[in-house]
Amino acid sequence: MSAKRIFIKGNEAIGHGALDAGCRCYFGYPITPQNDIPEMLSSAMPAAGGEFVQAESEVASANMLLGAAACGVRAMTSSSSPGVSLMQEAISYMAGSDLPGVIVNMNRGGPGLGDIGPSQGDYFQSVKGGGHGDYRTLVLAPGSCQECYDLTFEAFELAFKYRNPVLILGDAIVGQMKEPVARREPLPIDPAEGADWKLTGRGQRAPRILKSLFLDDGALAGQNIRLRDKYAAMATEVRYEAFETADADLVVVAYGSIGRIVKSTVRALRAQGLKVGLLRPITLFPFPEAVLRDLAGQGKRFLTIEHNLGQMVDDVRLAVRGLADSEFFGFLPGNMPTPEDFDAPVRAAVKGA
Amino acid sequence: MSEQLVFTRPEVLADVATHYCPGCQHGVVHRIVAECLEEFGLVEKTIAVSSIGCSVFLYNYILVDTVEAPHGRAPAVATGVKRARKDAFVFAYQGDGDLASIGMAEIMHAANRGERISVIFVNNTVYGMTGGQMAPTTMVGQKTTTCPAGRCMEREGGPIHMSEIIATLGGVAYCARTAVNTIKNIAQTKRAIRRAFETQINGEGFGFVEVLATCPTNWRMSSVAANERVGKEMIPEFPLGVFKDAAKEEQP
Repeated sequence: MSAKRIFIKGNEAIGHGALDAGCRCYFGYPITPQNDIPEMLSSAMPAAGGEFVQAESEVASANMLLGAAACGVRAMTSSSSPGVSLMQEAISYMAGSDLPGVIVNMNRGGPGLGDIGPSQGDYFQSVKGGGHGDYRTLVLAPGSCQECYDLTFEAFELAFKYRNPVLILGDAIVGQMKEPVARREPLPIDPAEGADWKLTGRGQRAPRILKSLFLDDGALAGQNIRLRDKYAAMATEVRYEAFETADADLVVVAYGSIGRIVKSTVRALRAQGLKVGLLRPITLFPFPEAVLRDLAGQGKRFLTIEHNLGQMVDDVRLAVRGLADSEFFGFLPGNMPTPEDFDAPVRAAVKGA
Repeated sequence: MSEQLVFTRPEVLADVATHYCPGCQHGVVHRIVAECLEEFGLVEKTIAVSSIGCSVFLYNYILVDTVEAPHGRAPAVATGVKRARKDAFVFAYQGDGDLASIGMAEIMHAANRGERISVIFVNNTVYGMTGGQMAPTTMVGQKTTTCPAGRCMEREGGPIHMSEIIATLGGVAYCARTAVNTIKNIAQTKRAIRRAFETQINGEGFGFVEVLATCPTNWRMSSVAANERVGKEMIPEFPLGVFKDAAKEEQP
């Protein structure tokens, strides 16, 4: 890690993380609250010898990503909720064609046009596939500007490791706030990456076809079995932050910016002697089921807090099923929560049983 | 007297029966594309983008590296391919439903940006693979499964003339409409595709060739009658010609 830290927005940290990971193609379309990403990359990407294209739509930018991914080049697109809805077609095709790419969603309020403030309304869309068909994408949820940088950097490694789309699910809070960020040593471009599958022009070898159409008898079933096994193998990538959970009676589960805000609440209540902890999933897919199940086995109780009507809480309940349940507190998009907003619901849940 | 081989199959064209219906002209267009790839020595560095429709199986017949694009998105996918791999020769092959309806935004903007790609646009005035529904290029009065009484100008509008539209865009180096209904027109199609490929090789800009073609099955016609329709009905509606050639414009 380079010693010098830079003071930047989460959105800019994503751009730097991508460049330092060797991303050399970026395709995007303007939408608030993520415009800092295309704006910085419009000059930084060409300066790094890469390609920047402002596409005609998010539909097009995601399909440009698909094309660059087919060539085995590290590539990225970014958007926010309404735009990410438009990208679902290409993400499904990329998943079906085993193509690696990074898609950033700085979640804003919805449904519809919603607002330009933070939200966690796109959890289901992100972790349950999102587009048509039966597929999964790796989903990384940064809670700080440093994590915006680190997780974007690592998203490219994961995308190529699994030949699969990887989503960065942030929100308007982490995208727009500024923090010091330490950068890593930039990765050299590896010309051999994807050598056994990427399109280069066939040269002297047999032609390669990257596709998601499987019409022959048994072909699609075979592809789906292979994808299922790939998604199962991703379980080893699970990441989370456990804060004061060891002796906690109540474990609050929250991710991203909200996890960060809840951490302040937990810290304040700890100071008052309440036995409360925080489990912050950093990977939303794969979901940290094992640790939650382990905590449930220890007799702990759960409260899931989200910036939506209740989405991740379903996965928490599934993880602890048979051993425990999870209460839920939803702070709805359209307002920005403070640590104090979570004080009463956490207190009530601690007293609960 | 020794035998002399005067006509052979391009090696890049697979020696297999196609899934295309009798009288369909995709096979003729595939062959011309294959010939041009070989004549320019492009086979080894080509990346093709296939689209949704009957020609999605392009990769079964033209044996080059290929990526399959979602419906209408081939020009966006080809943009990503070319930007990622500038040394590759990149072409997309699209039908009229794919290109002129669902993919209208992608083709217009790829052309306007002057992406160094070539697009072969096969226009047979109907959605072939899905069973003959009305396309954006269906002619007024033409009966399809979704305009059984014939396309009505007042209700559905008229056929879209893509070549004329594409030629107006700044990034376009070459734009032509041809047909493959006669030997003369087949030769002209080959000249057009050669020129479109040349614009990419020379880095001049975006190349576009619209080829008028038959769909006997969905036109409910014999192969011969379908071929005659191209000359009698389609060419008067969709005039053949070169609509833009940047190289010629530069000449005094």
